[in-house]
Amino acid sequence: MAEIVLENVVKNFGKVRALRGVTVEVKDGEFLVLLGPTGAGKTTTLRIVSGLEEPDEGKVYIDGQLMNGVAPRDRNCAFVFQNYILYPHMTVYDNLAFPLRSKLWRVEEDEIRRRIERVARVLKIEHLLRRKPDKLSGGEQQRVALGRAMVRNPRVFLMDEPLSNLDAKLREEMRVELKSLQKNLQATFFFVTHDHVEAMTLGDRVVVLNQGSVMQVGAPEVVYSRPANLFVARFVGTPEINLIPAEVMGETLRCKTMGTTWKLSEIPFFQEVRNIPSRVFMGIRPEDILLGQGDKFGEVYLVEDLGVDKVIRVKTDHTILRVRASQEAQFAVGERVPYLFRTEKLIFFDPVTEKLLG
Amino acid sequence: MVGIRNTWANRVSERGMLYLFLLPTFVLLLFLVIFPLIWSLYLSFCQYSANAANPPIFVGIRNFSFIFQQKEIWDRFAVTGKFVAMAVVVEFFLGFFIAMLLNREFYGKGVLTTLFILPMMFSPAVIGKFFRFMMDTNWGIINYILGKLFGIPKIAWTTSYEYALPSIVVADVWIWTPFIVLLSLAGLSSVPKYLYEAADVDRASGWFKFRYITLPYVAPILLLAVLFRTMDAFRFFDLVYVITEGGPGYSTQIIPFYIYKLAFSYWHTGQSCALAYVLLIIIIALSNIYITYLNRLRRT
Repeated sequence: MAEIVLENVVKNFGKVRALRGVTVEVKDGEFLVLLGPTGAGKTTTLRIVSGLEEPDEGKVYIDGQLMNGVAPRDRNCAFVFQNYILYPHMTVYDNLAFPLRSKLWRVEEDEIRRRIERVARVLKIEHLLRRKPDKLSGGEQQRVALGRAMVRNPRVFLMDEPLSNLDAKLREEMRVELKSLQKNLQATFFFVTHDHVEAMTLGDRVVVLNQGSVMQVGAPEVVYSRPANLFVARFVGTPEINLIPAEVMGETLRCKTMGTTWKLSEIPFFQEVRNIPSRVFMGIRPEDILLGQGDKFGEVYLVEDLGVDKVIRVKTDHTILRVRASQEAQFAVGERVPYLFRTEKLIFFDPVTEKLLG
Repeated sequence: MVGIRNTWANRVSERGMLYLFLLPTFVLLLFLVIFPLIWSLYLSFCQYSANAANPPIFVGIRNFSFIFQQKEIWDRFAVTGKFVAMAVVVEFFLGFFIAMLLNREFYGKGVLTTLFILPMMFSPAVIGKFFRFMMDTNWGIINYILGKLFGIPKIAWTTSYEYALPSIVVADVWIWTPFIVLLSLAGLSSVPKYLYEAADVDRASGWFKFRYITLPYVAPILLLAVLFRTMDAFRFFDLVYVITEGGPGYSTQIIPFYIYKLAFSYWHTGQSCALAYVLLIIIIALSNIYITYLNRLRRT
């Protein structure tokens, strides 16, 4: 297996600056997730690793070897494309055999059959081997594409949103299977997605990309609880984090738009961190606001029932707070409810640099 | 309220008007296509000369049995087959090869493609004339160049037994290869680019990609091109008429040209009609084979 290193990779498509100096390291045997919105440059990054695109600047290493200028087929990366891309004129068996029949490998047909049977068993596609791709469902095609990547024991698996074309239930199943597959293979996975839930559940580490720049690299829980900047804070997590402009005035923190204040002594952050600008963005996740207790009041504005829990929007003066509440919580629209911030969970951002404070 | 004027146009119904407008076309079609088709079918069963004052005499299938008994006619079928085979094979491989070369991005691609397509736009009769001049034994430019550059003695391109048919094939290739190029290009550009990318990552060689990705995609359209060219070659007349006039001897008298000869040189109108129908049946049979195969290809 292998590690991948991207060093200051820059890629432009005409006037569009797709990547502006991306540095990423995928460790050997790691499941690294590249997370970002559409147009962030995720796919471009993967294509540069695979060799389908050459970077304009910067270096690509696989296993310490410089890969710039090396043809895709000499890199031994497996690529699972977003739309699977099976060869339409071949059966599933031949699709799986395709990478092994290349002259570069010289694999005997017996060996090919053995490998395909093993992979088919793991992916539960044994009954599909004689079929053509157009007779397969999306999930089956996805497995075949995955199988085609697996048969050749590649150095790295590059995956470009492989689950995004599946329905929700299947996606969840495949997520579990992918994760256990990666653990069993001990393989290096470089996985691209725009879905932060996928990133959180799959990744050993997550790289958040926006507009061709790396925003944050870290373990999923760190990216979630301590987002490096406002973009990451907003992008990761549903419902979105609450971000409220606030001012430090003497010994109080004043939120004008909420029409309320906190004593600085109530907030652990202000005990630990010095040199805080007078204006900040206060961030709090929806699950860190408790309804029905505390001395501050808001008005229930909207209740969304998600089944497992509820998202309740609470209006306090000019701000609407997103609050995650348990399924049992009963609130009527228009009702006045007390709320409590778990102040130890509060995070603060510099409104100028948009960076996390502390 | 103004009353509807009692003109003839108002008395004709909507449907009547429809037929009225169709009538001129139908009459034209009747006289120019349908009547000749039926009349020639009738003539193929008659002894008849179009330049004699005698009316056609019904003789049953005698024209047909006569055709199939004559060795000359079988020879001419052989010549036709040879011509079709040579022309189509050369055009196919050359055309597809050129299309492969053109199917990539390079500076001046549009201009070059247009230049390659150009021969198809000229009248075959005019091109035939040019080829006849260029291939002339004594003062043709081809013999001149071959002689000057390689010292090859003069070759009787259009007037010798061994070279006359290949010469016509060359002219035909020049005109019709672009057609194959055009269709092949259409086929090649229909292959999704991402399949090649997937194959690149899967470590496929150039030949592997061509064999398992390109070819399956373009095969149906290539077959179509061959079908068109084969059918075309069977009604091929103009180049022979202009370049060799069927000579020397019968060496380039392919069937369509022989039908013309029968009809307008020997005035065996009945026989020529019979032969024309035989040719028609062959073409219909061939195209049916192709179409069946094409449909099967599309299903799989």
